[in-house]
Amino acid sequence: MAAEKKGLQLLDFWVSPFGQRCRIAMAEKGLAYEYLEQDLGNKSELLLRSNPVHKKIPVLLHDGRPVCESLIILQYLDEAFPSTPALLPAGDPYARAQARFWADYVDKKVYDCGSRLWKLKGEPQAEARKEMVEILKTLEGALGEKPYFGGDTFGFVDVAFVPFTAWFLSYERYGEFSVAEVAPKLAAWAKRCGERESVAKNLHPPEKVYEFIGVLKKKYGVE
Amino acid sequence: MSPPVKILGAFSSAFTHRAEVALRLKGVPYELIQEDLSNKSELLQKHNPIHKKVPVLLHGDRAVCESLVIVEYVDEAFDGPPLLPVDPFDRATARFWARFLDDKCSTSYWLALWTEGEVQKGSVKEIKENLALLETQVKGKRFFGGDTVGYLDIAASAFVGHWLSVFEEVAGVTLVTDAEYPDLCRWAKEYTSHETVKQCLPEREKLLAHFTASKDFIVSAVKSMTPK
Repeated sequence: MAAEKKGLQLLDFWVSPFGQRCRIAMAEKGLAYEYLEQDLGNKSELLLRSNPVHKKIPVLLHDGRPVCESLIILQYLDEAFPSTPALLPAGDPYARAQARFWADYVDKKVYDCGSRLWKLKGEPQAEARKEMVEILKTLEGALGEKPYFGGDTFGFVDVAFVPFTAWFLSYERYGEFSVAEVAPKLAAWAKRCGERESVAKNLHPPEKVYEFIGVLKKKYGVE
Repeated sequence: MSPPVKILGAFSSAFTHRAEVALRLKGVPYELIQEDLSNKSELLQKHNPIHKKVPVLLHGDRAVCESLVIVEYVDEAFDGPPLLPVDPFDRATARFWARFLDDKCSTSYWLALWTEGEVQKGSVKEIKENLALLETQVKGKRFFGGDTVGYLDIAASAFVGHWLSVFEEVAGVTLVTDAEYPDLCRWAKEYTSHETVKQCLPEREKLLAHFTASKDFIVSAVKSMTPK
C-alpha cells in the first residue's frame, strides 16, 4: 500500500459554506492543512475514493484517512487535536448538547430554504421567504444576549452558521427583506464574527456569492 | 445525587427507543412519559418548541431534543460503559453512518414502504443500495460497536430489525431478507435479544396493531414527502 500523505488535507469547493466551516475551524485551532480545490463537475479520483457514499465536499484527510460531513469534521478536529481551542465547550455535556442541537438546526433548515429562495418564483418563493425570516428569528432567539452562540467564546454553532452570513445579501435580494431589520442581534453577531481573522480570511465577499448564484441559476435554467 | 431523568416519548417511536436504550446501557433510571402524538402535551411543546417531536430527555431542568443528540448527551453526562468509540476516527465513522441513516436514508425508506408505482420502485432501489452500504459496517462483528452495543447500533435500530419487520408486515413490502443481507439480519437478532435492549423494545404485537391502525394516516403523510 502506498504511503499515505501525512498531515491534514481538505477537499473543498471555494464557495461552499460547509467547506468554509472546516477552514474556519482549522484557522481557529491554528492547524496547518493543504487546501485542495475540487472540480465538482468532474469529480477527482481522490474525492470519489474518499467519500464514496456521498461524493461530496468537504472531506478532511488526516494522514490519508477521510472524515466526511462538515459537522462531523468539526467534532473530529476537537477530538483529534485536544490541545487546540475547543469548538464544543469541554466538560459541559448540556452546553454540548445545545450546541449540537442548534448546529443540526442550521443544517436542516438554512441551506435548503435559501436554495428555494433563489430557485423558485411566485407563491413557493414567498413561502421560502417567510420560512427564512422565521429561521433567522429562531436563531436570533437561540443567540439571545450572548456575543456568540458559544457564549463568550466563538464556538461550534458560530462556526456552523457563520459561513451563511456571506449568503445573507443574496437571501435579502431574492427574499426582499433585510436581516438587520428582522433579526438585528443576528446581524450584529454576523458583523462581530466578520471581525475575526479566521472568518475574514475564509469567507468570500457577499457580492461574489450573489454572482455565483447567478451563474448557478443559468446552469439550472432558472430565470 | 443526580436530578431525576425523564423521557417524553411514544411507545411506537423507534427514536424514543434510542433514548431509552442509551439510558439503560448506562444504568440510569428514568421515567417514561407517554405522549399522545395526535394531541401533543403542553410539556412537549414547552420543551421542544422548535420541532415538537419525541423523544425529549428531561434531566432536572435541562431539556435535550433530537434522538442522536440525546444519545451523545447520555454518553457524556453519565458514567458507565461508553456508547461511542474511544478513538476520534472511529467516533467520526460512527457519527457518519448514523447521519447517513437519519439524513440520507430516511426519505427513501418511508417512500419504499408506503408509496406505490414508479416512486416506490425508485425508492426501493435506493434504500436497498443504502442498506447494503450500512451492512458493510457490521460485517464480521457482533454489533456495529464491536463486541458491545454502541452508538451506531442504537442509531440503526430505528431503521433495521424490530421496527422494520413490523413496517414490512403492515406495508406488505419486503426490503431486508436473510439471503440479501445476512449480516444485517444476524445483527438484528443479536440486537433485539440483547438483555438490556430488549427491556425497552415494545412488544411486537402491540407495534403491529398500532401501525396497522395508523396505516392510512402514514400513507397520506408519506405522500406529502414525495419529491415533486
